Amino acid sequence: MELFELTLHELHDKLAKREVSSVEATRALLARIEATDSRVNAYITVTPDEALAAAEAADRRIAAGGLTPLTGVPVALKDIFVTRGIRTTCGSKILGNFIPPYDGTVVAKLREAGAVIVGKLNQDEFAMGSSGESSAFGATKNPWNLACIPGGSSSGSAAAIAARSATATLGTDTGGSIRQPASHCGCVGLRPTYGRVSRYGVIAYASSLDQVGPVTRDVTDCALMLGAVAGHDPLDSTSIDLPVPDYAAALTGQVKGLRLGLPKEYYLEGLDPDVKRALDAAIETYRGLGAEFVEVSLPHTDYAVATYYLIATAEASSNLARYDGVRFGHRAAGAANLIDMFRRSRAEGFGAEVKRRIMIGTYALSSGYYDAYYLKAQKVRTLIMQDFMKAFEQVDALLTPVAPTPAFKIGEKVDDPLQMYLSDIFTIPVNLAGTCAISVPAGMSAAGLPIGLQLIGRPFGEETILRAAHAFEQATEWHRHTAQL
Amino acid sequence: MNYQAVIGLEVHVQLKTDTKIFCGCSTTFGASPNSQTCPVCLGMPGVLPVLNKKVVEFAIRAGLATNCRIAPRSVFARKNYFYPDLPKGYQISQYELPICQNGHLDIEVDGQVKRIGITRIHMEEDAGKLVHADVPGLGSGSGVDLNRACTPLLEIVSEPDIRSADEAVAYLRKLHQIVVYLGICDGNMEEGSFRCDANVSVMPVGSTTFGTRTETKNVNSFRFVKQAIEHEIERQIELIEEGGKVVQETRLFDPNTGETRSMRGKEEAHDYRYFPDPDLVPLVISNDWVEDTRLSLPELPDARRSRYRSELGLSDYDAEVLTATREMAEYFENCLAAGAPAKGAANWVMGEVTRALNEAGKDIAECPVAPARLTALLQLIEKGTISGKIAKTVFDEMWQSDKAPEAIVEEKGLVQVSDTGAIEKIIDEIMAANMGQVEEFRGGKEKVFGFFVGQVMRASKGKANPAVVNELLMKKLKG
Ligand SMILES: [Zn+2]
Repeated sequence: MELFELTLHELHDKLAKREVSSVEATRALLARIEATDSRVNAYITVTPDEALAAAEAADRRIAAGGLTPLTGVPVALKDIFVTRGIRTTCGSKILGNFIPPYDGTVVAKLREAGAVIVGKLNQDEFAMGSSGESSAFGATKNPWNLACIPGGSSSGSAAAIAARSATATLGTDTGGSIRQPASHCGCVGLRPTYGRVSRYGVIAYASSLDQVGPVTRDVTDCALMLGAVAGHDPLDSTSIDLPVPDYAAALTGQVKGLRLGLPKEYYLEGLDPDVKRALDAAIETYRGLGAEFVEVSLPHTDYAVATYYLIATAEASSNLARYDGVRFGHRAAGAANLIDMFRRSRAEGFGAEVKRRIMIGTYALSSGYYDAYYLKAQKVRTLIMQDFMKAFEQVDALLTPVAPTPAFKIGEKVDDPLQMYLSDIFTIPVNLAGTCAISVPAGMSAAGLPIGLQLIGRPFGEETILRAAHAFEQATEWHRHTAQL
Repeated sequence: MNYQAVIGLEVHVQLKTDTKIFCGCSTTFGASPNSQTCPVCLGMPGVLPVLNKKVVEFAIRAGLATNCRIAPRSVFARKNYFYPDLPKGYQISQYELPICQNGHLDIEVDGQVKRIGITRIHMEEDAGKLVHADVPGLGSGSGVDLNRACTPLLEIVSEPDIRSADEAVAYLRKLHQIVVYLGICDGNMEEGSFRCDANVSVMPVGSTTFGTRTETKNVNSFRFVKQAIEHEIERQIELIEEGGKVVQETRLFDPNTGETRSMRGKEEAHDYRYFPDPDLVPLVISNDWVEDTRLSLPELPDARRSRYRSELGLSDYDAEVLTATREMAEYFENCLAAGAPAKGAANWVMGEVTRALNEAGKDIAECPVAPARLTALLQLIEKGTISGKIAKTVFDEMWQSDKAPEAIVEEKGLVQVSDTGAIEKIIDEIMAANMGQVEEFRGGKEKVFGFFVGQVMRASKGKANPAVVNELLMKKLKG
């Protein structure tokens, strides 16, 4: 087995036994990136020099007995994470030349743990998109079929795992941006509860919905990554001051007596047959493991997509105002005056999807429309949260599809934004409710594309969904399938 | 037709916290450009604000001192607009749910007490500033200095209860005095620590419908506020009399001409697209916090003034002067605490102490004569050890040196002479030397009395007790 094929915990074991050094693992990963990324385009920036220096430091640390689960492990980060001294673009031309002067909290935690950052991953511009096509650095391809999208917006985070060009990655999930690409690429992707992981140093798309989470090869890796980045941060007022559980210890394999809810609004008539088949099989697997199923209702599900696109775009229109060409990033040449400079810098720097969402958000917040759109959306959001809280009175977690279909063809939905927005229909309600959910591989389509299933947990119920996902993983072989590149 | 002005004021108070409202950067004024910045106040991608608790504490103080209700739950909002010195493209402020509401201040104009309502007080961050032309290293461009960005401000908004420029100034002076008293603002108007926007409209006397208002921005002295409002009232009346219409707009005051001029019209008015800032959780303030703060408030000028009148028996004027600043009042009260008589201390603080401070260009906080020393001096006068006149000499010496008044009196032999025998001897000598004047006095020219007093005092080098001198002199002259 090649070094780049190892999971995080397998590599950790080898590092612990000194069978391999971090420098060897890092070199293997860098070579794998070199060999695959011209086809996959999972990376925007690769940082071999910094990575090898970090790997050497990790080896010294391991020799000194300072090994933690992430020490010496090559990881890659969505280019939404601010990295000191390393170009951070957020997939946008407007930040194409931006080199941040600071590390965000999650990055600092990874560095402290001794992880080796090998590069920054491709993504939809400012995390706006469901297909990985709206990056200023070109579309990311699905390693299972290079003609297909990998999902988005954390397209590079999932594609790099599927291409085995990163051992573990971090993404962000605002409306499904971790779970949906993880599902399309056959990875494990976790969106933690809002407030579980610090957002300090994560370039904001929609502040009240964004959350950092891991994309990994299996559930154990996912638990280890979450444990490394979770926790209260005094630099993020919205982060919650709760102790971080030992997530890996929660993976007991036991789901006997676990009550899983099937929200009837998620099992639509028109669900893709491959997705439906995978879910039915998953339900049978869980039954075999002793889990119980209860039908539940989330009555406001129909309004989730519309609500999401009002709240997310409203916040985005404000969060993206700082990209005005004044202090950093792209500035248009030859502007006639100040307003012209703002206008042209933004017109040149932002892509079509970002502009579309800024326009929607600006409209939703403007006087005369605020009550009808933004405020109404906030009220519906509260109803959606209440739906979940009611469901969690009956069950420990919900089992649902991740995406309505397997990955579609690149270019297929580019001209139909509304159709594209519906691809997040099963993931978005989780973000509105602020709770946690995981996507795990649960099948393959007839066309040979991965299909994931989603387990939605109650707020701060990460241990439960990790345990359930892990038990499923142990009972099935889906996570062992590998994309051929 | 007669017109009535309607005025509302929005006052921006820069808070005297050590660090900024949403980051740990220093708020010191006058540092080199952009030296007091970090990723947060620079609005870098990925940063998040964290609220400075001290700012909340100061806002509660201001609210309590102006009789406001402190909201148990308040919310920060984003005010969205584009400007080069606004790093995030929005300003974090409070909007729908501010920290303080429904307060009031009583002002006094021409002996009449009037209550001015305070609509709200909210917390917000300041923007940076633009530096135009000749920026070091930039040549003739424009530079952005973000040292001031994220500096904490309170915006105190009055009801449109003010009816004249004089009332406006009285209200502002009072507010200024309070925030300085509270220790939450340095009150430095030239540096912009206390600045005001004036909303002015006029309507016919007796009308209940307000006219169209204009807003004059950033006036930073009491005199300019008076000028700006008076000019604006006059301008609006003239405009209406000529058949014109006042347009709602933002205006600037030009201190050189004493006039206001249009800055931007309503057609350019912003839609700020306020919405609750998702990066800051709602601010919850416990009742205990409010009550603890209430207990920690200093006695405010109004209460102090009335106490000086009723308990110390001081005149309105004295009470007013002594409470003008918290430092002045504290100096005075430290004298009382050391055992000084109220009236004597009042006279000396308002007289010699103030004169000496003015001459030295010093603040009372820097007064070299400590209250206890001044009190010791006053006690020497009371006991008759020295005369009031000699005391001034002693005071000047105390100002220069670090000596106690007793030591100075002893060293220079300034002890007052009250011994009647010694004084009688001097009087006899002077009368003998000035028989002509004695005759004049006895002939009814009583003015000459003063001449004799002066001569005796001079002969005693000022040490003779004036009361004794007067008494003996009168007796002897009358024969
Ligand atoms: Zn700062």
